Amino acid sequence: MKLVLHLFRRATRIQVKRMVMTVMALTWGTISIVLLLAFGEGLQRNMARNQKGMGEGIVVVWPGESEKAFQGLPAGRRIRMRPEDVQYALENIPEIAAASGEMRQWGIQITYGRKSVNNRAFGVEPSYGDLRAHYPEAGGRFINAADMRERRRVLFIGNELRDELFGEGGEAVGKVVLLNRIPFTVIGVLKKKMQMGMYSGPDANRVTMPLTTFAALFGRTTLNNLVYKPADPARTEAVRKQFFAAMGKKLRFHPEDTRAFYLWDTVKTQGMMTNILFGIKVFLGVIGGLTLLIGGVGVANIMYAVVKQRTVEFGILMALGARRSAIMGPLILETLFLTALGGLFGIGIGAALVQLLGWLQGMAKSEAMQFLGKPTFSATLAIVTVAILGIIGFLAGYFPARRATSIQPAQVLRYE
Amino acid sequence: MNGNGRGLIELDDLRKVYDTGKTTVEALRSITLTVRENEFVSIMGPSGSGKSTLMNIIGCLDTASSGSYRLKGEEVSDLDRDRLAEIRNQRIGFIFQNFNLLPSLTAFENVELPLLFKGAPTRERRERTEHLLGQVGLADRMKHRPTELSGGQMQRVAIARALACDPDIILADEPTGNLDTTSGKDIIGLFEELHHAGRTLVVITHDQAIARRTKRIVHIQDGLITSDGPALQG
Ligand SMILES: Nc1ncnc2c1ncn2[C@@H]1O[C@H](COP(=O)(O)OP(=O)(O)O)[C@@H](O)[C@H]1O
Ligand SMILES: [Mg+2]
Repeated sequence: MKLVLHLFRRATRIQVKRMVMTVMALTWGTISIVLLLAFGEGLQRNMARNQKGMGEGIVVVWPGESEKAFQGLPAGRRIRMRPEDVQYALENIPEIAAASGEMRQWGIQITYGRKSVNNRAFGVEPSYGDLRAHYPEAGGRFINAADMRERRRVLFIGNELRDELFGEGGEAVGKVVLLNRIPFTVIGVLKKKMQMGMYSGPDANRVTMPLTTFAALFGRTTLNNLVYKPADPARTEAVRKQFFAAMGKKLRFHPEDTRAFYLWDTVKTQGMMTNILFGIKVFLGVIGGLTLLIGGVGVANIMYAVVKQRTVEFGILMALGARRSAIMGPLILETLFLTALGGLFGIGIGAALVQLLGWLQGMAKSEAMQFLGKPTFSATLAIVTVAILGIIGFLAGYFPARRATSIQPAQVLRYE
Repeated sequence: MNGNGRGLIELDDLRKVYDTGKTTVEALRSITLTVRENEFVSIMGPSGSGKSTLMNIIGCLDTASSGSYRLKGEEVSDLDRDRLAEIRNQRIGFIFQNFNLLPSLTAFENVELPLLFKGAPTRERRERTEHLLGQVGLADRMKHRPTELSGGQMQRVAIARALACDPDIILADEPTGNLDTTSGKDIIGLFEELHHAGRTLVVITHDQAIARRTKRIVHIQDGLITSDGPALQG
């Protein structure tokens, strides 16, 4: 070992210029892999968060039209869901963990003081809060069972709508607003969230009230749609079948009549999204890896040149009894040292750039930048980078060193 | 045959063919040779006759194409790399025509190298290196680099280096070929001293005067031994 270090120290003295270039190439490679992976990571985290914006692992159900004649009823009949059907579904399908009916009305005028906005109103049940990620800002709450029972005129409002009516971040809870001239008390404001998936508009600029209040106010008896959540996300397909079977019995359509309901299974779409994101990450990683590989090839090239230049020296050392490892060791150590140096600079500069970009992004308010997510430098990422660097460093040293020591000393010491 | 004791080097029907792709050269055709302990042998022959090839094989710097080479009874042709490195390190001292010193190292460091490869402790390395450089008359040149030394001095450093691990045999391929007459005589004088101290030496030379100072002369031509007998002491 001492010998290896001894020879290594001498080896590092020469080829300074080449080494600087190598280290630069490796630094560049490392920076690019760090940046690409950091962006991939940021994108993924952002997407994952945004996906949760509409709620996690939920299924949205819209009623359709029967396609098959059933029990004397003709095909092409409109299926109608009533508020009590939600309870029926919960009771008859144990694998459904939670469910809520949903009613909707467009073009509602909402007034506070002299300010007035036109938007959508929804009627939902208390479980909707968790299902659809309608979490209140501090000081507020979502609709509860008592609101439902007593058909209270209470309103849970979107954060952007609040900003419009009460000024940005203005105090809204406890205030009375007019909804088509009818007074409602605000009980909560939606906590700001990134929402990627949506149907009938974003959650941030709508108002939500108890389903019972909504039905009475607008004289409705049928639901626009229903939201349910399977207890086990892996069993959404089975739960869907159970849902068709149970509702078919209740609403009288054929249990295999696929047109009776239209379903949006977010578990499936989220799974797909996860795969796409993983693909993007792998893609970015491969590009970064290739850049790094180019750096690695550069190192190997330099090592080949070094080795070629020093063949006579190695021949002499072998003639004096140096084992293969005594020559290969310092060479590999040398490349590892170079890669470590390049990697260190690269990770340092890369991490700093990630910080800087994240900061710049925080400043820029553009939607596109927010969608891209904040580039994130994680521990896993650092480990992956270091591992790739280590492998490249080792290989770039190993093969030239092996070649240098695979000849007979006499071959390089021939002298005429 | 000269010398006493058992065969230190035993070559039997040794052949070496160089295959350079286009042509093949039969450098050694059938060499059978025994060198005993404490022999002082010179090898002579015209240029290209295969002397260096033979010496490289004896020194384990190259391998034969066929035939047997036993060093102190041990068959060398089927040893692995590391074992060969060990033999080169501890059993053989090789002296080249062009010295083959490492230019970036001092005389001391050059002589120390084989001891480093052997794994000798620092103190032993220093004492042995100093002793050997003193023996070849370079006690005052230890910190000099090869470029700061004359040809004769460089070859003496190389001899000290060859002796570092106390080898069984000293091999020298035209050791005086790059030296002036006086320096050459010094080197041969050193060899004679080593011979009298009990060492075994094989020296390739062109020089009749040098060959006559050894005890046995082997003549090679076209890869074959043409004569082998006692040197006529002049
Ligand atoms: N590495 C080699 N490749 C091809 N031919 C070689 C090689 N080494 C030596 N030879 C050839 O083998 C023959 C013997 O060479 P060598 O042993 O160096 O002769 P000497 O030392 O007696 O001058 C020569 O013809 C030489 O050209
Ligand atoms: Mg020769």
